[in-house]
Amino acid sequence: MTPIILAIVIGAAFGAVLDRVGATNPDWIGRMLSLKHLHLMKTILLAIGTGSVLMFAGQMLGLVDVGHMDVKAAYAGVFIGGLLLGAGWAASGYCPGTGVCAAASGRKDALFFIAGGLLGAAAYMATYPMWKASGLLDDLAGGKVTLGSVPGSKFDGIWAMQGDILGILLGLGFIAVAFVLPERLSGGGQVADMPAE
Amino acid sequence: MPLNWKTGGVLLGLVFFLAVLLVKPIGVSTQFVILDGMIADAVNSEFITETEEGYTSTNAYMAKSGGKYAGNAMNPLNYSFVFVLAMMLGAFLSAMARGGIGAAERQSPALWRANFGDGPVKRYAVAFLGGFVVLYGARLAGGCTSGHMMSGMMQTSLSGYIFAAGAFASAVPVAMMMYRKEG
Repeated sequence: MTPIILAIVIGAAFGAVLDRVGATNPDWIGRMLSLKHLHLMKTILLAIGTGSVLMFAGQMLGLVDVGHMDVKAAYAGVFIGGLLLGAGWAASGYCPGTGVCAAASGRKDALFFIAGGLLGAAAYMATYPMWKASGLLDDLAGGKVTLGSVPGSKFDGIWAMQGDILGILLGLGFIAVAFVLPERLSGGGQVADMPAE
Repeated sequence: MPLNWKTGGVLLGLVFFLAVLLVKPIGVSTQFVILDGMIADAVNSEFITETEEGYTSTNAYMAKSGGKYAGNAMNPLNYSFVFVLAMMLGAFLSAMARGGIGAAERQSPALWRANFGDGPVKRYAVAFLGGFVVLYGARLAGGCTSGHMMSGMMQTSLSGYIFAAGAFASAVPVAMMMYRKEG
């Protein structure tokens, strides 16, 4: 039962943090994606950087099992799917994880998002053979690849550079961008704060 | 106001790190397929069937990768599905602990109301359509904001960068067109 306990602990922590950083709030998603207020973008970039540095440094120190990495395949459909997800994310203010969390925190519109999501996933299940036949799901650049070659990992690297060192450098890069990114790019001068909920 | 980005970013990064340290990278959108599979099998018990090696389905997507999704739909107490239920519990408790979300905001977000008015019907319709497009896209891409963007870029996976490029390329223009007023 240990995996179930871990699922409950890590899942609950993830849901709580998504709520606290404002990611489950469509107001903050909309302001971020319309480039009016990048507070949440800074949070996300810092999170990716922090996670990356800890994971790759942990691997180098032998504290993190490289086998826990799980890299998804690269194919043309990843970009097309990203375009679709981005449009729906911007319009609704929810992505799959934040949508279920928002519904749980009492947002009624998020229930409609989930219902639409279940139907959208079902529509993909029904149309999957068409995508498969189109070749747009075929691997690009080796499919399940990382940018560098991570020692001990089952995934190939597209560059010769040592993957864990590159991971730490990129992680530090994400953190640096989080710091230098301004909170606002457009719509300046207006009062940023709104009543919290 | 949400947590300061420095505190929030470190906390969020720690959760992603803990997940990969203890189990595996975080992902969410697959569980919409798993729930669909459960519903479909409840309506028609022929949808998922047991085989000698595990499970299979009359749906090619449920049956792919040796019936992995079909098996998970038949055994809901698996890590990834419980993870999403626990996310909901965590978000619920966190929202309650900070006093809950106001009635108007629960119906439709302030940013929406500032741009499109108070009526909830249009908001519900857009949330529904948005959900449809988001999950269709996430399944086509093989992951969502959590699995591809956060977990993927954290692991320096090429697919994570491709996904993020696609997602922001459409999200930014759509948001700029729809949400001109700040709310």
